Amino acid sequence: MDQSANLRRKSRYTLVFVLLFAALIGITILNIVIGSVQIPFGELMRILVGRGQDSVQHSIIWKIRMPRIFMAAILGGALSLSGFLLQNFFGNPIAGPFVLGISSGAKMVVAITMIFFLSRLGAVSSMALIVAAFAGSMMSVGFILLMSRRLKHMAILLVGGIMIGYICSAVTDFIVTFAEESDIVNLRGWSLGSFSGMSWDNVAVAAVVVGITGAAVFMLSKPIGAYQLGEAYAQSMGVNIKRFRIALILLSSVLSATVTAFAGPISFVGIAVPHLIKRALNTARPLVVIPATFLGGAVFCMACDLIARTAFAPVELNISTVTSVFGAPVVIMMMLKRQKGR
Amino acid sequence: MAQMYFRTQHLTVGYDGRPLINDIDIGIEKGEIVTLIGPNGSGKSTILKSITRQLKTIGGRVYIQDDDLKSLSYKDLSTRMAVVLTERMKPELMTCRDIVATGRYPYTGRLGILSEADEEQVLAAMEAVKVTEIANRDFNAISDGQRQRVLLARAICQQPEIIILDEPTSFLDIRHKLQLLSILRTMAKQKGITVIMSLHEIDLAQKISDKILCVQGDHVASFGPPETVFEAGNIRRLYGIEQGSYDPLFGSIELPRPEGDPRTFVLCGGGSGVPVFRRLQKENIPFFTGILTENDVDCHLARQLAARVVSVPPFAPVPDSAVEEALALMRQCDRVINAGLPAGAMDTPIRNLVEQARQMPGYEE
Repeated sequence: MDQSANLRRKSRYTLVFVLLFAALIGITILNIVIGSVQIPFGELMRILVGRGQDSVQHSIIWKIRMPRIFMAAILGGALSLSGFLLQNFFGNPIAGPFVLGISSGAKMVVAITMIFFLSRLGAVSSMALIVAAFAGSMMSVGFILLMSRRLKHMAILLVGGIMIGYICSAVTDFIVTFAEESDIVNLRGWSLGSFSGMSWDNVAVAAVVVGITGAAVFMLSKPIGAYQLGEAYAQSMGVNIKRFRIALILLSSVLSATVTAFAGPISFVGIAVPHLIKRALNTARPLVVIPATFLGGAVFCMACDLIARTAFAPVELNISTVTSVFGAPVVIMMMLKRQKGR
Repeated sequence: MAQMYFRTQHLTVGYDGRPLINDIDIGIEKGEIVTLIGPNGSGKSTILKSITRQLKTIGGRVYIQDDDLKSLSYKDLSTRMAVVLTERMKPELMTCRDIVATGRYPYTGRLGILSEADEEQVLAAMEAVKVTEIANRDFNAISDGQRQRVLLARAICQQPEIIILDEPTSFLDIRHKLQLLSILRTMAKQKGITVIMSLHEIDLAQKISDKILCVQGDHVASFGPPETVFEAGNIRRLYGIEQGSYDPLFGSIELPRPEGDPRTFVLCGGGSGVPVFRRLQKENIPFFTGILTENDVDCHLARQLAARVVSVPPFAPVPDSAVEEALALMRQCDRVINAGLPAGAMDTPIRNLVEQARQMPGYEE
């Protein structure tokens, strides 16, 4: 009996991963060929094998679409993973970097940094943006942790996070309102969230940061699994809770900060994707959920980005507009289901 | 006390640096069952949380074998001590087997993948507490009794030397209480696992434990084998029982005896009186009873419920004085209930007493 249960599980995991990879490849191809300049599939193949190096299509693919696709995949994965970590940390399925005001905190500090650097130095490096976003994230996280000492009730804590988000957004708006027009050209598009205008340099930085952090998260899957039973049980299994909690919060902050630094705040991905993945796998076991969530987040963001680019072309939508449309209903469904389960 | 397996020295526990219970000095042998009893909020959980290191101790030391608890890493401790806690956990999408398998945590590798041997341990632990048939059910969809057993299997699976349980019987009905406690008993005696737990049910505590720790106010009121700790006055003091009584011999609890001037006499013996006493008590009717020998169960209960008991030593002829006393009491009453007397007890003085009772106006059988 146990053998067959194990086997059923394993085949389910395999199926989900196969489907995710298929979706990843499919959506990548769609993302390359669809756009204001349509690229026929044959042409794509020709370019991929290295012919027609000086055609317009070649530069569209290599200079515009490919970096954007990679970025959407990396950042989408990072965002979902960050959500998964925060949900485990707070023991609440609705926790996520956007809801808890972590993205807004990052956005505020990034806005300040951008204006400051652009007006003094005329340029700002992507590493500086990541550091700024990280500082902003940590600030929000710090507030949330302070509140969580006083507030034992998770629902109130989430409301607190939302309020922090509003305060940070207000400060950002205030700064933007009074900044020089020339300093905030970039800021406008960025602060609404978008994967457009990514360079290969950006991709490289994001890939390294997210790659290392993601690997670290995967290595933590064992203690995360223990933590799912609650702090006291995790400790009795030999987890050093203090160190573990710090690691968890740092890793999730780095992940969401990287996303915010490059693409601005993006909503709902962090909540919707881990939930859908856990349902699909029918387990919350971090060892399988972590890689699947990363893949799922990548697919979800690439699909949303495709819609953002093409739905009302030539007008491009903000990425959050699309992720909200698809992500928010998932969250609502989740809450209804939880209510029913009680 | 140096040879004791688990011991504390001047241990002081509490929250946020504020001491709650001072100077706990106890020693426990390997394989013993120790139960913490005391009123709600007396700090039983605080002590358990401190010896499992969920709470920082405020003073003193805890030793397991010869190792100071503080000097052990969490990992070292996890192979020696497992816990079953009161807080309700609501794990997401986990089967009972998944929950039990988390007990293997200290023994698995970096990624926590179970080996063949680990799987066997999981199965063995589930068999020990008889939850094999629900192995693939969702943990959130099982009954309280099953849940406690699954959690116990999880603790067993951790292969500890000590298992600590915080009120493991709280949500259970009587059948599951007995089931759980007998599993603990077997485990302690066969595998030499030390059990430290808190219980609300003092009657069960008395029956299962090798040692009892009474927590009262800011100190340990008493610690020792149940025979010495469970003395009626002790329990009364510990729980501040003002109404009702506690019978240390059988560990039973009685409501307070009816107040007032007794107008009822109960003739009984050999157990026939118990149901009558209980009925009278429920109707709040005070009563006398006799003549009972001191080793009679009726006598035992009557001492707690009757206004007065005419009792005589066992294995000796009934003295005339007792008969006279009983008759005097009977004459004050307008009701004499004969609950039935065992044939052997019908020695002459008692037979005479019953004869005389038959003549009285309020006699009933």
